[in-house]
Amino acid sequence: MRDFYGITLNSPLMLGTAQYPSPAVLQAAFRASGASVATVSLRREAGQGQAFWSLIRDLGVRVLPNTAGCHSAREAVTTARMAREVFETNWIKLEVIGHADTLQPDPFGLLEAAETLAAEGFEVFPYTTEDQVLAGRLLDAGCKVLMPWGAPIGSGLGLNNRFGLRTLRAAFPDVPMVIDAGIGRPSHAADALEMGFDAVLLNTAVAQAGDPEAMARAFGLAVQAGALARAADPMEPREMAAPSTPLIGKAWL
Amino acid sequence: MRIEVNGTPRDIAAATLADALAELGWAEARVATALNGDFVPAAARAAQALREGDRLEVLAPMQGG
Repeated sequence: MRDFYGITLNSPLMLGTAQYPSPAVLQAAFRASGASVATVSLRREAGQGQAFWSLIRDLGVRVLPNTAGCHSAREAVTTARMAREVFETNWIKLEVIGHADTLQPDPFGLLEAAETLAAEGFEVFPYTTEDQVLAGRLLDAGCKVLMPWGAPIGSGLGLNNRFGLRTLRAAFPDVPMVIDAGIGRPSHAADALEMGFDAVLLNTAVAQAGDPEAMARAFGLAVQAGALARAADPMEPREMAAPSTPLIGKAWL
Repeated sequence: MRIEVNGTPRDIAAATLADALAELGWAEARVATALNGDFVPAAARAAQALREGDRLEVLAPMQGG
């Protein structure tokens, strides 16, 4: 398994911490999923931040702070600096949002922020598209991980552009990649792992499920299955049928 | 003096950022601060003077995806 800035994760599942019905359900979902990373954010302190922080620490997983909601490189860079101090990690999930409806990344702001942060010693996980040219520029800027989207954040549509994602995976075979955003079902997560992606990051699909704990377990099993399948070298699909039962020895009836 | 704390006008007596945090009840809290849009590291708070009309952001860990 490829590592993430020198860290080998014991599960390819990264799970968000937002939108759960209660803190107890969040904890149960993390336990059931076996997730190795929790994404968190920074918001104005209004009385709940300190309790939330102790809840997150008790999960015993690695923390990946985000710059969610930032629409400019400047905003994202400042948020990242603040997150590094609060969460005591160089890891940052860098989001620079370019459009309010699609929540797709602003590639120009993303690259600018990534350059600044990498130079300051941050270990950047850029939320990006499947664009191969942008990916190359992000790597040049010092990113050692890429996080291409599957589909727009919160949409649950799965892997929207399989061709683009396959091309990106093949173009940079040694770069650790996480499919971030758009994962709606465990089958989408397994699919991403089977395609050779190293991890998936999701939130809404678990938090907003009717039974988040059961869905978390389903995702945990799905990523295991996907990773096992990838390592087992799956067969290539073919256009025509090929009988699996031997023809030799068939009775003459 | 009157400054803006997380978007709300507040009258404070403190002259530095460190003292302002104590006055606002966040002396021991795990928070990060930004003054007028720029990050102020915890180590620099004591030396950071405040001025009338400053915009202070005090951020804490929160749920995120």
